[in-house]
Amino acid sequence: MKKSGFRIILNGLLSENPIFVLILGMCPTLATTNSAINGMSMGLATLFVLFGSNVAVSLLKNIIPDKVRIPAYVVVIATFVSVAEMLIHAYFPVIYDSLGIFIPLIVVNCIVLGRAEAFAAKNTVFSSALDGIGMGLGFTFALTLLGIVRELLGTGKVFGQIVFPDSYGALIFVLAPGAFIALGYLIAIMNKVRSL
Amino acid sequence: MVLVLTGITLFAAVALASVHSLTKEPITRAQSAQQQEAIRTVLPAFDHVDSKPIVMNDGVETMKVFKAYDKSNVFVGAAVESSSNNGYRGHIDVMVGFDKAGIIVNYIVLQQNETPGLGAKMVDWFKTNIMHQNIIGKDPATANLTVSKEGGEIDAITSATISSRAFLFAVRNAYFAFVSHLDAPVKPETEPISVDTTKVNENETKEPGQ
Repeated sequence: MKKSGFRIILNGLLSENPIFVLILGMCPTLATTNSAINGMSMGLATLFVLFGSNVAVSLLKNIIPDKVRIPAYVVVIATFVSVAEMLIHAYFPVIYDSLGIFIPLIVVNCIVLGRAEAFAAKNTVFSSALDGIGMGLGFTFALTLLGIVRELLGTGKVFGQIVFPDSYGALIFVLAPGAFIALGYLIAIMNKVRSL
Repeated sequence: MVLVLTGITLFAAVALASVHSLTKEPITRAQSAQQQEAIRTVLPAFDHVDSKPIVMNDGVETMKVFKAYDKSNVFVGAAVESSSNNGYRGHIDVMVGFDKAGIIVNYIVLQQNETPGLGAKMVDWFKTNIMHQNIIGKDPATANLTVSKEGGEIDAITSATISSRAFLFAVRNAYFAFVSHLDAPVKPETEPISVDTTKVNENETKEPGQ
């Protein structure tokens, strides 16, 4: 597998976008995208964890015996998640309050373990780092987009800025069913875009 | 095998410990800044508050009473931090300010995870005057602060009755804590006081004259 750095990042962002193409990590995707800012902060937190765990796993791939690789990866990922959680709590308390339990839950986000196992364990540190960034950006992009769509249709706001009065909003888009509906349409649109 | 796993875990522990000690101070600072800001928002003009709040636990919820005084050390009101675990999506934390007569001055929602567009409206809803939902200026001793569905005076947030109920529960609890400690002397080191229900009821029946 020899790919240029740009290709690896583009891969995560579009052609193998974790949400729109791989359909991985649906739980935080559907739960935290009720507003654009929540979706984006969740995406960025995951980006940080993906980058860190990909680099660490790639560095350690030769000394970790095959039999214990999953526990080892989980420890690495859990460490980065805890670090991210403490940093967010310390410096972005508002975001910490609104994301709540979903920050620690990044640890069980299958994208993170999936990329460690499928990419970082087989590639160089540099391409693993790029893969982490690409996948993280793809995840952030998808969550932000979904958050924007749901916030706009549901409450008439984008990033808290009023676009139209919220009495015209279809509240269902803020609630769980709207997450599925909006995600379904976004996947359909992304499929169309990719096939062009 | 064991060695590698132990090594990784050890390294992780060291990394976590150092980040923890690094972020510990900013976290407590952010929390106390938020608390101080909330107290300033909900109270009438005051000069200083007790450095340590009076903590009260009724067995289910914990309330913290911050008494405020003016320059000549006269009691002007108290901010009460109170919470409810019965929100639509869990825990709700509010700070309610009372003046010395027990009238609600203002409130602020410290923490909530309610549905945006529905329950999350509680942040402003109970301060607005569209229908009968404003709790500012109400005296909980005479006003029935429950949702109108239950015969109360307050209109719940449209299609978020559960959140409204939980919010009003926290507000009533705050008032409870407020009246229970109206005359309580301020001890320098306040231990969590557990109040059994009989004692609380006594306090409540005494109160209407207030």
